[in-house]
Amino acid sequence: MKDATHRDWTTRAAIFVPYAWLIAFLLLPFLIVLKISLSQTAIAQPPYVPVFDPAAGWEGMKDFFAALSLDSYLGLFADQLYAWSYWKSIQVAAISTAILLLIAYPVAYALARAPRRWQGMLVLLVVLPFWTSFLIRVYAWINILQHDGLLNQVLLALRIVDAPVSWLATDHAVYLGIVYSYFPFMVLPLYAALEKLDPALLEAAADLGCPPSRTFFAVTVPLSLPGIVAGCLLCFIPIVGEFVIPDLLGSSSTSMIGQVLWLEFFGNRDWPVASALAVVLLLILVPPILIYRQRETRQLERGR
Amino acid sequence: MAVLVSFDQVTKRFGDFTAVDGLSLDIHEREFFALLGPSGCGKTTLLRMLAGFEAPDGGRVTLAGQDLAGIPPYRRPVNMMFQSYALFPHMTVAGNVAFGLKQDGLARDEIAARVDEMLGLVQLRPLAARKPDQLSGGQRQRVALARSLAKRPKVLLLDEPLAALDRKLREETRFELKELQRRLATTFVIVTHDQDEAMSIADRIGVMNRGCLAQVGTPAEIYERPASRWVAGFVGDVNLIEGRVTAVYPSFVMVDRVGMRLRVAHAPVAPGPIAVALRPEKIRVSHAVPDGAFENGAAGTVADIGYLGTLSLYKVRLDDGLVLKAAVMNEQRAERPIHVNERVWLSWTPDAAVLLME
Amino acid sequence: MKRFGCTNLTALALGLAFLYLPIAVLVVNSFNDSRLVTVWAGASLRWYRELANDAAMLDAASVSFRVAFLSATAATILGTLAALALTRGGRFRGRLLFSGMIYAPLVMPEVITGLSLLLLFVAVEIDRGFWTIVIAHTTLTLCFVAVVVQSRLVTFDRSLEEAALDLGCPPLRTFLAVTLPLIWPAVASGWMLAFALSLDDLVIASFVSGPGATTLPLRIYSEVRLGVKPEINAVCTILIAVVALGLIAASLLTKRSASKAPLGARM
Repeated sequence: MKDATHRDWTTRAAIFVPYAWLIAFLLLPFLIVLKISLSQTAIAQPPYVPVFDPAAGWEGMKDFFAALSLDSYLGLFADQLYAWSYWKSIQVAAISTAILLLIAYPVAYALARAPRRWQGMLVLLVVLPFWTSFLIRVYAWINILQHDGLLNQVLLALRIVDAPVSWLATDHAVYLGIVYSYFPFMVLPLYAALEKLDPALLEAAADLGCPPSRTFFAVTVPLSLPGIVAGCLLCFIPIVGEFVIPDLLGSSSTSMIGQVLWLEFFGNRDWPVASALAVVLLLILVPPILIYRQRETRQLERGR
Repeated sequence: MAVLVSFDQVTKRFGDFTAVDGLSLDIHEREFFALLGPSGCGKTTLLRMLAGFEAPDGGRVTLAGQDLAGIPPYRRPVNMMFQSYALFPHMTVAGNVAFGLKQDGLARDEIAARVDEMLGLVQLRPLAARKPDQLSGGQRQRVALARSLAKRPKVLLLDEPLAALDRKLREETRFELKELQRRLATTFVIVTHDQDEAMSIADRIGVMNRGCLAQVGTPAEIYERPASRWVAGFVGDVNLIEGRVTAVYPSFVMVDRVGMRLRVAHAPVAPGPIAVALRPEKIRVSHAVPDGAFENGAAGTVADIGYLGTLSLYKVRLDDGLVLKAAVMNEQRAERPIHVNERVWLSWTPDAAVLLME
Repeated sequence: MKRFGCTNLTALALGLAFLYLPIAVLVVNSFNDSRLVTVWAGASLRWYRELANDAAMLDAASVSFRVAFLSATAATILGTLAALALTRGGRFRGRLLFSGMIYAPLVMPEVITGLSLLLLFVAVEIDRGFWTIVIAHTTLTLCFVAVVVQSRLVTFDRSLEEAALDLGCPPLRTFLAVTLPLIWPAVASGWMLAFALSLDDLVIASFVSGPGATTLPLRIYSEVRLGVKPEINAVCTILIAVVALGLIAASLLTKRSASKAPLGARM
C-alpha cells in the first residue's frame, strides 16, 4: 500500500537515530576530508591549517575561504607518481575483475546446476572462507608462496623449475591474492542470477534447434547479465582502493593508490595530500558506485 | 434499521490516482453488506479507510455517529479479516485468536474461555496448538475468521475472504459465513470481485466502479433492475439492445429498433435513444412463431450453441446482425432439438426487459 | 533435476580446492613442531602453547572480541532501525542522502572510511583508542546490517502488521510482538556479519586505533610483515575454528526452525 495514515513517533525515531549517526560519523568526516584536502600543509600538530572556527563570525568565514588552497590537488597533477598509481590501481582492478569473472562463472554455474539438496551446503562452503579474516586469507598465501613454501617445493619436486622462484613481491602474487580474496564476492551474485534461470528455457532453446554452446551465449549469459554486472562492480570498486594485499604480497613497484595514500598519511604525515588523494579516489569510484546502487535498489524493489 | 457506518463524500487519492471519488454510503446495523466491483475500483480502499489503514483526503467516515478521523486502527471497534489471512506464523492457532484479546488486557481465564468459544464456533478446537503453516487453506481461513471475531467487533470487515479457497470449498463457506452472521447478529462488510459470492451472501450490495458507487440495492434489485449499462454488464450476463423510445404509456413504453418493436414494462421515460437490457435466461427459443411476435420477438439464425450442463447457451444472430444470447434450461428443451444454422424465434415478456438510460 | 555433468563437477571441485587449499596448508602448518614451516617435524601443539604465553597477542584478541561484540550490537540496533526507515518511512525528507549513506560504505575502499574517521576524531579532539574503534566499526557494519534486514523487510507481509494493529495492538508493541520475532533470523545474521567484519577489519582499525588499543588483525599484521611465524598460523587456525563453529551452529539452528514448517501447502 502507498503510505501509512500518519507517521507515528516510533517510525520517526527509526529514521532519526541512524540518520543522525550516519551524518555524524560518515558525512561529517567526508566534509572534513574535503576541507583538509583544500588546506596547506603546516608543521604544527595536527599538520594542517586552517581550522574552521564558527565563533569568528563573518570575518572568520572570509578568512576561512581565503585560506583554502588547491595546492594539494595541483601537487597531485604535477607529480606523475600519483597519476601512475591511480592508473595502476584501475588496471589491477580491471584485470583481476576479468580473471575473477572467468574463473567464478563456471563455479557459479555448477553451483546453480547442482542437485537442490546439496546447493545450500555448497553455497555455505563457498561463503565460509569469506567469514574468516581477510588478513588470514592473504597470510595463508604467504605460507605457500614464500621462498621455501609449498609451491616452490612442489615445483622443484616435479622438476618444473631447477631453482626456487621468488613468487612473493611480484604482481602475480598480488593478482593471486586479490582473486582469492574476492572470489566469493564474484561467485555469489553470479549464482543468485543463474539459480533463477529456468532450466525449461534451456530445453526450449534446444527444442528450437540451438546447440548447447550457442544456447549458453544466446540464453544463459544474457539472462545472468545482472549477476555479472553486480559481481564485477562488487569486486572492481573495493579492489581499486585495496591496501592490504599489495602491501603484503606485492613489491614496492606495485604501489596502488591505497598504499600511496597510506604512505602520505603515516609516512610523510602530509594530511592535505592524503586527503586530496582520497577525494580524487572517491571521485573516480563515484560512477561505478552509483551504477551499483541503482541496480541494487531496483532489484530490491522488484523483489516485492 | 439504524445506520451504523456512514461514508460521507469520501475521497481518497494515491498520487494522481483517485481511488475513491466523493463516495457516500450508509451501512445498517446487523446487515451483511457486500462491496462488489472489478479490481482497482476502490472497494478495498474503502474498507481500509473504515479499518483505519488509510485516511480519507476528503469527507467523513462515521461509526455509530462517531467521526473516525484521527483514530488509529488499534483503537477502532472494527476488525478485519485479511485476504492473505495474515495469521502470525510464529504463534499457534490459539495464540492468534487470543492476540486481540490480550491487547485489551483481559484476564487469562477470560481469554482462554473466549478463545475456546471462538474455536468452537469455527470447529477448530482440536487444532488449537497447531501453527498456521500446519493447516490447510480452509482451516487457516477459519482461524482468521475466529481471530477477527474474537473481540466482538461492531463491524467485521472481510477483504476477499474466500478468494484463496478452491471453488467447492468457497461455495460451502459462503453459507457458513452467512449463517454465522445471522447467529452473531453482527454487521459484516465484505469486499469481493465475485458477483456470485456477493449475490448469494449479502443482504445488500454496493456495486463500485472507478471509485464511485454505481448502484446500491438488494441482490435481486441489482440483478433485475440494474441502474446502468455498466451494472447490467458487470452483474451477470446481459443482452443490450439499443433503440429509441417512440411512445410512453402509463404502464409501459414502446421502444423501436430497425425490424423490432419492444414493449417494456417500466416507469415513464422521455422519448429518445435508450438501451434495453435483457437477461439471457428470460428469452424463450422456439421453432414456431410465438404469439404476438410483432412485439418482443425476433427471428434469427443459431450461430453457436454452448452446452453448460444444467443449461445451454444459444447465440442467435438476428437478421439485422445483432447477436442475442439466450440461456435455456436443458430439461425444458424443445422436443425437436435445435441445431446450429437453424432459423429460430426468440421471445420474451414485457417485464423481462429493463430500460437503461446511462 | 538436470543432469550434473562432469564439467560442472570439475569446476566445482577446482573452485572449492582453490578456496580451501591455502587454508588447509595454514592449519596443517600450525601443528608442525618445526620452526621452519617447510620441514615437517611431527605434529605438536607447541605453537599453541607459546601462544598461550604471548600476553600481547592475548590482549589484542581480547580487545578485538570486545570491540566486535560492542560494535556488532550497536550496529544491529542502528542498522535494523535504518532498514525500517528505508522500507517503512515512506518518502521522508533527505531519504536519498540517507540511502546513499547506507550503501556507500558497502563498496567504498576502507582507506577512505578510515582516513575520514581519523580526521574527524582529530578535529573534535577525541583520544584515539578502544572507543574510537567501536564507533568506526559500528558505522561501517551498520550499513551491512541495514542491507541484510532491509532485504528481509521488503518481502515481509505488511498485512501481518496491519492485522496486529487491527486487533488493538499499538505500533511499538506490534513491532516487538510481530515484526521482530519474524525478521529475527535476518537480524541475527546481520549481527553475525557485523561481528565477523569487525573482527576482520585491519585498515580502518589501523587509522582509528590509538596506543593501548591494538586489535588482533593489527597485531597479526605487524607480525606478518616480518615474515611467516608459526604462532601466527596457530592464531589463524583458532580464528578459523571459531568462525566455522559459529557458522555451522547458526546454519543448524536455522535449518531446525525451518524443518518444523511444512505440512499444509504454503500459498
